[in-house]
Amino acid sequence: MIVAGNRCITIKGTRDGLILFMDDTCAFNDLLVELETVLMTKYLADDEQSIRIKVELGNRYVTESQEAQLKALFDQQQKFIVEEIVSNVILKQTALDWKEDTAIKLHNKVIRSGQVLEVNGDLLLIGDVNPGGKVVATGNIYILGYLRGIAHAGVDGNKSAVVAASYMAPTQLRIANIISRPSDQDKDGGMMECGYIDETGENILMDRMHALSRLRSELNAFERRILHG
Amino acid sequence: MGEAIVITSGKGGVGKTTTTANLGTSLALLDKKVCLIDTDIGLRNLDVVLGLENRIIYDIIDVAEKRCKISQALIKDKRFDCLYLLPAAQTSDKSALTPEGMIEIVEQLKTEYDYILIDCPAGIEQGFKNAVAGADKALVVTTPEKSSVRDADRIIGLLEQEDIDPPNLIINRIRNHMMKNGEMLDIDEIVQILSIDLIGIVADDDEVIKASNSGEPVAFQPNTRASIAYRNIARRILGESVPLQSLDQKVTFFDRLKKVFSK
Ligand SMILES: Nc1ncnc2c1ncn2[C@@H]1O[C@H](COP(=O)(O)OP(=O)(O)OP(=O)(O)O)[C@@H](O)[C@H]1O
Ligand SMILES: [Mg+2]
Repeated sequence: MIVAGNRCITIKGTRDGLILFMDDTCAFNDLLVELETVLMTKYLADDEQSIRIKVELGNRYVTESQEAQLKALFDQQQKFIVEEIVSNVILKQTALDWKEDTAIKLHNKVIRSGQVLEVNGDLLLIGDVNPGGKVVATGNIYILGYLRGIAHAGVDGNKSAVVAASYMAPTQLRIANIISRPSDQDKDGGMMECGYIDETGENILMDRMHALSRLRSELNAFERRILHG
Repeated sequence: MGEAIVITSGKGGVGKTTTTANLGTSLALLDKKVCLIDTDIGLRNLDVVLGLENRIIYDIIDVAEKRCKISQALIKDKRFDCLYLLPAAQTSDKSALTPEGMIEIVEQLKTEYDYILIDCPAGIEQGFKNAVAGADKALVVTTPEKSSVRDADRIIGLLEQEDIDPPNLIINRIRNHMMKNGEMLDIDEIVQILSIDLIGIVADDDEVIKASNSGEPVAFQPNTRASIAYRNIARRILGESVPLQSLDQKVTFFDRLKKVFSK
């Protein structure tokens, strides 16, 4: 551990580069002033190789413009490469948005002919969608039951949304702005299937449900975002 | 205090009126005091099926508009002292009957009768709303055809929004050979789609049509398939557990499932 005789910034060297721990109780401006001096100190300035930097902000929230200010200081010298600026805190609104986006809306009922169920985010329906019934979600649609009516996933235009059902025999599948229906021969449907838009972005394809882990690994997005901050 | 049961279907011509007449007859055979109400204004049929057409003097609209007392409009059945009919109007303005008017009539009848069976018109319009308004329970009639099941599903969805017990299902006009050959939806498939309890199945039986034409419901006949079926449904309405008549059905997925879980 190298302490550069500062009040707010502690520098730690690792095999991958430097980690700068920023005290989260001092004023942001003091931090900027001190950072500028630290970066000029001789032993950092003398080093010729490029140095990879990780900034740990602790429990300090920085706005986008503050983050830009920090980056600008490093950018004054070519050799600093800022890999990450991490903070333990996010805005409540951001957290709520994450939650809204990734929350699964659970409904337990039969969607009957003439009925429409619409949700924001992902839908988990425990029950059937009967012919003439319709489920709509801005996110993905998972149905623990028979899908015999219409399912429309990614209704606001999310083309990576998927529809998965224990028993897939829809009258129509819609994802974003693409509409498809089963061929006239395929009346029986299939167990544990999913529908998604292919790479061309033009067609809805059907596959076994387990293919989803390969096709849409981002379905675990929330877990990943939490882990990586 | 009696119980009011509406018999409804969505689709027309699937057997609501036939079911109402036969369940009324069957309940009367079981010594219950029964009143049937025909709410199919303009297309009344129930009086014909019961052979009571020529006795009508006042009708339900007369009652709703207070032109007569309920007791004046009720027609006693030819065969039973405990079976009555409140006939629909054939000519008056449909809008004269309202849900509030229906509730008033049904509540009044419930004080005197064990069962009030309400024959609902086809469709999901005002007539349906009236028929359902006073009911405590509902029976949904469907035939084993896709379009009929679709409409039953729609009706069940609407009934779920009412202050009424979850409806029971009657599958009418089953033709055994067609079901076996897969040319008709089978019973399991229908129950699976509609996901409500099945209270009875009735075979397609020429005797039903003959009986309707003679103005004497088939439920009177001792031994036809349809008459046994209707009488069984009546017993189930009374709370008895009567096994479904065998239509020579194979052991099915849902039966198996129940058996596995009940062990
Ligand atoms: N189980 C049966 N077997 C044979 N014929 C039947 C059976 N059930 C009903 N029917 C016949 O089907 C026709 C329609 O029946 P019904 O009038 O009871 O239907 P509904 O649902 O009341 O029709 P609506 O919607 O017009 O009121 C009648 O001719 C009747 O005799
Ligand atoms: Mg009728």
